[in-house]
Amino acid sequence: MSEKENIVIEMKGVNKSFGKQRVLIDANLSILAGKVTVIVGASGQGKSVALKHMLGLIKADSGEVLIYGNDIKKMNKAELYHARMNFGALFQGAALFDSITVFENVALPLRERTKLSEKQIREKVLEKIDMVELEGSEDKYPAQLSGGMRKRVGLARALVLDPQILFLDEPTTGLDVKMSKEIYRLIYSLHNKFNFTSVIVSHDVPKIFKLADYVALMANSTVQGLMTQEDFQLSPNPVVKDFIEEIMGKIYNSGV
Amino acid sequence: MNFLQPFEKIGELALDKLAFAGRMGIFLAMSIKNLFLPPYKLWPVINQINFIGSKSVFVIMFTGAFTGMVLALQGYYALRQFGSEGALGSAVGLSLIRELGPVLTALMVTGRAGSAICAEIGIMRNSEQLDALECMAIDPFKFLIVPKFIGALICLPLLTSFFDFMGVYGGYVIAVKLLGVNEGAYFQGMFKSVIWDDINMGIIKSFCFAVIIIWVCAGRGYFLHFEKEGFGAEGVSRVTTKAVVMSSVAILVWDYLITSMLI
Ligand SMILES: Nc1ncnc2c1ncn2[C@@H]1O[C@H](COP(=O)(O)OP(=O)(O)O)[C@@H](O)[C@H]1O
Ligand SMILES: [Mg+2]
Repeated sequence: MSEKENIVIEMKGVNKSFGKQRVLIDANLSILAGKVTVIVGASGQGKSVALKHMLGLIKADSGEVLIYGNDIKKMNKAELYHARMNFGALFQGAALFDSITVFENVALPLRERTKLSEKQIREKVLEKIDMVELEGSEDKYPAQLSGGMRKRVGLARALVLDPQILFLDEPTTGLDVKMSKEIYRLIYSLHNKFNFTSVIVSHDVPKIFKLADYVALMANSTVQGLMTQEDFQLSPNPVVKDFIEEIMGKIYNSGV
Repeated sequence: MNFLQPFEKIGELALDKLAFAGRMGIFLAMSIKNLFLPPYKLWPVINQINFIGSKSVFVIMFTGAFTGMVLALQGYYALRQFGSEGALGSAVGLSLIRELGPVLTALMVTGRAGSAICAEIGIMRNSEQLDALECMAIDPFKFLIVPKFIGALICLPLLTSFFDFMGVYGGYVIAVKLLGVNEGAYFQGMFKSVIWDDINMGIIKSFCFAVIIIWVCAGRGYFLHFEKEGFGAEGVSRVTTKAVVMSSVAILVWDYLITSMLI
């Protein structure tokens, strides 16, 4: 592959079991710099688990996860944290800190990891909160928000340090159609502006394809290749074919 | 094959306990390491002092007073049989300062703050808040656990001394005002028999108990995801109960060990 040097994160032959359940079997996936990689697949197929491997939160039973070419398992804590300085992550359940306000949630990474003044922090946080259209909710607590609003706070928090790699686990699940569109538009425009890398787990097929440079399908406990979305929709792989048919009906797949 | 099953179960259980001990060991090591690593922040520590200390002051003083009162009452009738009511002051003072002050304070703090700490961290584990911290490259030990250790190390000796003070005063009220023991004898006996070593022992104990409380309670919450039944609200409540029991037992056992070493 000529794009070898452009790989920021790579999973190589990753196996992972929880007890007797094998969740990942020989999973291979490369995340390319500056591209949007979308991971699709039915619920419970291990999409979130794969994402957590890339974040270094779950250690593989066997196989390698490389961040900028370095094996996560061989990194010490300082090196892992150094790599994560470039990450922004939105969890499936948003994982907001529930005993502090929305404002403080978004401000936390700035307070802990930068030396910005209170005024600069305030500016940055409010900018991100505006971006996800939550102005006026700064002083609310996470428990006082709807699921979709929590997701958006999580997105603001993931973006607040201007990350180089953005991990989004189902960013639009629980949002209405209009808000989903807004979020897609936001991610799209951020990409054009800052050219970062993103990994997005989503159920929102086929809409999410518009955003995707590459698509990977999680099925049968593994990654079924990594393709551009055109290739994905015409893929001869029977597992991918089944998925496409199930989601979008036969017409998409007729190949004509 | 079946006759091996009991042995398999025993082996599994032993491995579980061993893994648990290992995790807790790592937890303490990580906490101590992060205690000395920068950055040092004051606000989180002050918050913890407020939570562990200030909010426990009233209940500690209250229990302290009643403990001193009952000691005086019991001691009076026991000592009177030998005609040595004069030793009441030193009996109350010594039992409070060496034993009951540190132990009962630690048990109260376990119940009040330890349980809350375990639940707080357990919920953060369950709802992926600890993972979120990790992803932001914020060390949960530095950010969450270390301030609790420092807070407890500052608060426990102070709370213990409040407990002792109130106990001595409560004992005084019962002995002198109610039972008619000579006031001079009560305090003089106490001042004569309580020496610096006794106070030292009380302080060392309360430092140790501070470590035990945070170690056990925060540790059990932190490793909630390793518990077999650590899911949801019930998982948190179950592990909190376990943490309180374990912390209390550890306090009493450690109290015996440390007493036998220092006496
Ligand atoms: N911490 C865990 N312990 C045990 N099983 C887990 C854990 N996390 C995920 N799983 C299991 O792994 C499978 C994949 O989960 P997940 O990655 O969350 O699916 P999804 O593709 O919907 O994101 C599921 O069957 C789930 O039950
Ligand atoms: Mg998921």
